[in-house]
Amino acid sequence: MAVVRTLLYLVVYPGLLFLFVYSTFCEWFDRKVYARLQNRMGPTHTGRFGLLQPIADFFKLMAKEDIVPEASDKRLFTVLPIIGLAVVSTAGLLLPVWNFDLANPGLTSFSGDIIVVLYLLSLPTLILFLAAWSSTNPFSTIGGARVLTMLFGYEVPLFLTILSPAILADSWRLAEIAAFYQAKPLLLLTNLLGFLVAVIAVQAKLERTPFDIPHAETEIVGGTFTEYSGKKLALFRLTFDIELVISSGLLATVFLGGFPGGAVVGFIHFVVKTLFVIFLLSLLRALTSRIRIDQVVSFAWKYLAPLAVLQLLVAILLKGLLS
Amino acid sequence: MSFQVPIGPQHPALKEPISLRMTVEGEVITDVDIRLGYNHRGLEKLAEEKNWIQNIYLVERICGICSHSHATCYVQGVEKLMELAPPRRGLYIRYLVSELERIHSHLLWLGVAGHEAGFDSFFMYTWRDREIVMDLLEMISGNRVHYAINTLGGVRRDLDEGQKAKILEGMVTLRKRSEYYFHIGANEPSFVGRIAGVGLLPKDKVVALCAVGPTARASGWARDVRKEDPYAVYGELDFEVATADTCDVLGRVVVRVKELLESYKLCEQMVRNLPAGDIAVKAPRKVKPGEVVSRYEAPRGENIHYIKANGTDKPERLKVRAPTLANYPATVEMLRKGFIADIPLIFAAIDPCICCAERAVTLVKAGSGEESVVRMSDLRRQAIARHQNAPVKRNAVWPL
Repeated sequence: MAVVRTLLYLVVYPGLLFLFVYSTFCEWFDRKVYARLQNRMGPTHTGRFGLLQPIADFFKLMAKEDIVPEASDKRLFTVLPIIGLAVVSTAGLLLPVWNFDLANPGLTSFSGDIIVVLYLLSLPTLILFLAAWSSTNPFSTIGGARVLTMLFGYEVPLFLTILSPAILADSWRLAEIAAFYQAKPLLLLTNLLGFLVAVIAVQAKLERTPFDIPHAETEIVGGTFTEYSGKKLALFRLTFDIELVISSGLLATVFLGGFPGGAVVGFIHFVVKTLFVIFLLSLLRALTSRIRIDQVVSFAWKYLAPLAVLQLLVAILLKGLLS
Repeated sequence: MSFQVPIGPQHPALKEPISLRMTVEGEVITDVDIRLGYNHRGLEKLAEEKNWIQNIYLVERICGICSHSHATCYVQGVEKLMELAPPRRGLYIRYLVSELERIHSHLLWLGVAGHEAGFDSFFMYTWRDREIVMDLLEMISGNRVHYAINTLGGVRRDLDEGQKAKILEGMVTLRKRSEYYFHIGANEPSFVGRIAGVGLLPKDKVVALCAVGPTARASGWARDVRKEDPYAVYGELDFEVATADTCDVLGRVVVRVKELLESYKLCEQMVRNLPAGDIAVKAPRKVKPGEVVSRYEAPRGENIHYIKANGTDKPERLKVRAPTLANYPATVEMLRKGFIADIPLIFAAIDPCICCAERAVTLVKAGSGEESVVRMSDLRRQAIARHQNAPVKRNAVWPL
């Protein structure tokens, strides 16, 4: 029985199947918001309100011809999309929306899981770089270099801002952090600055406008994905969709008070809060133009990092005051 | 590490084939080489086979965006050769369409600039508003792209009161929207951050490299054929030459939006002061021997047609110098020392119309890169020989 439960947990809910359905829904939501902000309709045809469009896109890509370049490192090239998908799906198991017991830490909720989630969310960036490098295309190579350069910009502010609420809550466990803020909701206001910094950093992590530099189509064609096609590209796109869900779920846990109220109410909390974060991300995407790679790094270190440090200071001082 | 990045002949930033070979060092461009000749259509040769009237519709097809510019430039020249004076009402309608075309071209360009900078919302908004002017053009001429309103000695369609009112109404909406875009283009931090100080082209370089149109005007060089050599109706109209002195892509955006506002003014003046009378006079079938150079300020810059007549009903020679060609040397200068990220922006900032400027092909051996000059008959012989030796084609099979 335990084996069946574990399998269901991994494959159906909250594992791959749920993540697949929910992340495609989030992609639909993102596309729809982005389109409405641009005076367009967005997906309308496939399914009701075009809800099935991302799934249709996924299956269409799966059926397309899959080309592996002659000069590439074939084994690495093939295996990277699968690893990427596995990594972000694993991160999805750790969000405290399902199957956790505050009193008894388990395999999916333990002290230090916030670090593990952050680590698992950093891995796709490195995987992208490796994918770009192994495809040996000049455009991919430039894209890969840009992925890493950007990583040095946004990663530090993201870590600092996500860890400062944890410091205030005095816990490294996501479920406990969320429970702390559910008990004292007013303290969430002190993390507002950190939330804004984290939203911008997540936007950069997900490589969306204004940070879609590694795959800026007008400059370097497909960038990191230039040589990817068919199944592998579909998996990469799914990876990004799931990463969008996980990142917004992480922000919702840390900055918006988590998902209280048991399985059903907690799940509604999860949907509403992640969609709110995704709405902010779409807004940012519609309102800005792509900036240059040097501008990203200088922006991150001139503005994001100092603000993140400020947030950290606020958290530390507040903790001193409270105790 | 220095390596070559091929931008084109096929590239998402380019809507037409051209080859920009960039030597880059990291993200910085160290050397640029532009190769043309991927889209040669032999239009000038074809023009020698067609009569004066047919050629209007041929030269209109040189470009899809400034189609009216080429047709008008040609018609102006031929009318000078024929010593025809078109009626003033005809001229007003002809240049009204010119200005509407400038509006549609500049709105299109603004959208493209937004798209190249990754600012897709800007692109969607400007292209939505471009529909207003496209509808006006369709209402006036019956066509959205190749208006075919020109004829030798005037225009082919008249304007009525209802149409005039609709044009004025459209101009009011467009002016309001353009002012908003001016605000966005000059103030949105991420967009301005991308275009300010990019693709610098100082004024002395503009003069030395003979840049034309908004590219030259954005570097503070107020060259505009409409003002300095007023043709047809432009002497009677009140407008200013828009310039900027920042010498960069931001300046080129500003110049084009200012020109949009000037064009609305011009359109309103022309519609309000539309003289009464005929719209065309009858043109002779043949032209006396002679030659003429016709200049016209197209949306992209000065357009030049050279026409030579030999007394028959066909031109002996038609030479077209599209504005894009004049801007290529300046582009090379602008691209040097820039970032890879700026290539599409800088190149798009001259508003390139690549196939308009294609007047020659180069034969290059794919293996050795050796260039050669070959007679047409030899080329044909080679093609036949190659075709005969080629393996028999079978039906294509799609592997599942």
